[in-house]
Amino acid sequence: MDLLRFITAGSVDDGKSTLIGRLLYDSKSILIDQMEALEKQSRNKEDGGIDLALLTDGLRAEREQGITIDVAYKYFSTPKRKFIIADAPGHIQYTRNMVTGASNANLIVILIDARLGVVEQTRRHSIIASLLNIPHVVVAVNKMDLVQYSQDVFNNIAIDYAEIANSLGLKDVSYLPISALKGDNIVDKSTVMPWYEGSTLLEHLENVEIAKDINLTHPRFSVQYVIRPQTEELHDYRGYAGKIISGVYKKGEQITVLPSGLKSSIKSIEIGGKELAEAHAPQSVVLQLEDDIDISRGDIIVTNNQLPTISQELEVLLCWMDNKPLTKGSKYLLQINSRTVKSVIKDIEYKLDVNTLEKNFETKEAGLNDIIKATIKTASPMPYDSYSALRVNGGAILIDETSNVTVGACMIQ
Amino acid sequence: MNIELTDDKASFSPSVAVENFDYLDHLEAEAIHIFREVAGQFERPALLFSGGKDSITLVYLALKAFRPGKFPFPLVHIDTGHNFPEALAFRDKLANDIGEKLIVRNVEDTIKAKKLTEPKGKFASRNQLQTYTLLDTIEEFEFDACIGGARRDEEKARAKERIFSVRDEFGQWDPKLQRPELWNTYNGKIHKGENVRVFPISNWTELDVWNYIRRENIPLPSIYFSHEREVLEHEGQLIAASSFIRIDPTDTIVKKNVRYRTVGDMTCTAAVESIATGIDDIIREITATKTSERGETRIDDRVSEAAMEDRKKNGYF
Repeated sequence: MDLLRFITAGSVDDGKSTLIGRLLYDSKSILIDQMEALEKQSRNKEDGGIDLALLTDGLRAEREQGITIDVAYKYFSTPKRKFIIADAPGHIQYTRNMVTGASNANLIVILIDARLGVVEQTRRHSIIASLLNIPHVVVAVNKMDLVQYSQDVFNNIAIDYAEIANSLGLKDVSYLPISALKGDNIVDKSTVMPWYEGSTLLEHLENVEIAKDINLTHPRFSVQYVIRPQTEELHDYRGYAGKIISGVYKKGEQITVLPSGLKSSIKSIEIGGKELAEAHAPQSVVLQLEDDIDISRGDIIVTNNQLPTISQELEVLLCWMDNKPLTKGSKYLLQINSRTVKSVIKDIEYKLDVNTLEKNFETKEAGLNDIIKATIKTASPMPYDSYSALRVNGGAILIDETSNVTVGACMIQ
Repeated sequence: MNIELTDDKASFSPSVAVENFDYLDHLEAEAIHIFREVAGQFERPALLFSGGKDSITLVYLALKAFRPGKFPFPLVHIDTGHNFPEALAFRDKLANDIGEKLIVRNVEDTIKAKKLTEPKGKFASRNQLQTYTLLDTIEEFEFDACIGGARRDEEKARAKERIFSVRDEFGQWDPKLQRPELWNTYNGKIHKGENVRVFPISNWTELDVWNYIRRENIPLPSIYFSHEREVLEHEGQLIAASSFIRIDPTDTIVKKNVRYRTVGDMTCTAAVESIATGIDDIIREITATKTSERGETRIDDRVSEAAMEDRKKNGYF
């Protein structure tokens, strides 16, 4: 049993919350008391049916306004897999929430209203999926019940979308005709769309291959904390506690510490004081080295092949997440995994229209939810990879030093 | 200037370990990573320990994160005075066995010092008052990060809370002003007086916790397993007969075989009828159950649809 993280993109009008509700409901992940609460609340509705959307709206303001204002996480499992759903709102003003939810996702479910086909929002969600480099895409054509379960409608939408997927370079795209409201092809196979022979959404989620999403070829170990027991029997013990963000590490291997370039070899790999011969991403382990060299939090330990780039100048696509606009010359803290450095926005090249992919080169600043191409200079060298090649070492956040708030997400080019 | 990353995954034959890396391994690795981010980013963290299964699991994850070193934080228990004696005894033994520091602060003392009014009623709970003691304790030790065992599957408001959740000077959570949390990068920067609540097992479900406890052979207080107890039946829930609740002449107290699914105060945690004496039995019962953990056993969430949201906004965990 493994773990799949996915995000659902769409608005309330696309039936996104209903879809999640349906997945939880039909996979029997909703329990009686939650169901009763749901029925109690649904009673206030006019049509009398159970409102599955209420399952995902957590905060009072959301329930009152019938909207989703923040990313909510939902969990369910089947004997095959544990699932973590990031439920992100689809309205334009919440791009930052979708970027947040998408950052960890293996898969994105893009909802399309069968009556409307591919719309501006579909394009926006797909562009974000490609920017965030989500490995698997599911296009769920919803509300098939409202188009007489027409195969032509479904096929035409699939043809339209394939064009977008192509232009964005989206990989592994699957198409499903569904009705979240009626439960067609969500957990149970639809009986009214015999022309569709593919899997149901749940079957697809259970079987999509995700093991290869973990990179095992480019070793990156991010040092978080140094363990020094300083007891009598462990007087000289110095363990580097951190996470293998990609790759495999073996006892005895030669290593290089970045950015310093100091070299040593692995004396031991441990978890909780227990030794392992080798370890792999995404394990959290402790490394002991043969030599006493200077290593601190934020350093990256690599083995001597497939090295990351080391530079003080980063070309990034940046999603701005703050109300205060970003301007050229502004200073922020930049954090990749456990490494935090001072940085300055050296240049803004263009703003990307998330609906059309057009580049506006006249841009001077970035407002909330804008995506721009920028050059960032850091105060010290950063070991990083390009986001499209190695997601786990190519994403950085920007922190406003005065408010301490996370204000930007950078995908390093 | 970027290096070319070739797709040479085929040349690497993954070991058995990689193929067998399952969901519990993922959750464990994530939790350990979060613990170490706390250790790396904060001056004075604390692990809030209640004696319940979730915080016991946290302690075992912390052992994996920091051994053979010591924990870079003490265990802190906010004792309402209404705890199960079995849970308290377990707490003291565990802290002693692993040789880590335990700090206990009592709600009773806060009530006396601040002349707080205790809630009245049949199952009067100190749950609300607990927040005062917690905030005082944070101030006393100048804790800048408090690690807790809350899970997002427990409750709707929790489903929206970040893993690093910033609280203001009054401990308040503002759901609309949460920081975006991307990839596995955690921003723990705060102003003086603020603190961060950190939830390493945010992504675990109740069943995940039980399966992990089974896999790792983690010992638990005896009240989690079936035992005979005098209980009072109230609106379908079984409350332990204790001096902390008001027992009316009309109440009937019966002896039943019960276990606890969560361990909170004796006044607001209900027992479930069970003959499950081992972890396997419990997992079987939970898998078959039709009621959620908080729904079945927590009286404090029944108050209103937004009960948890409101308590969190006021500084509760």
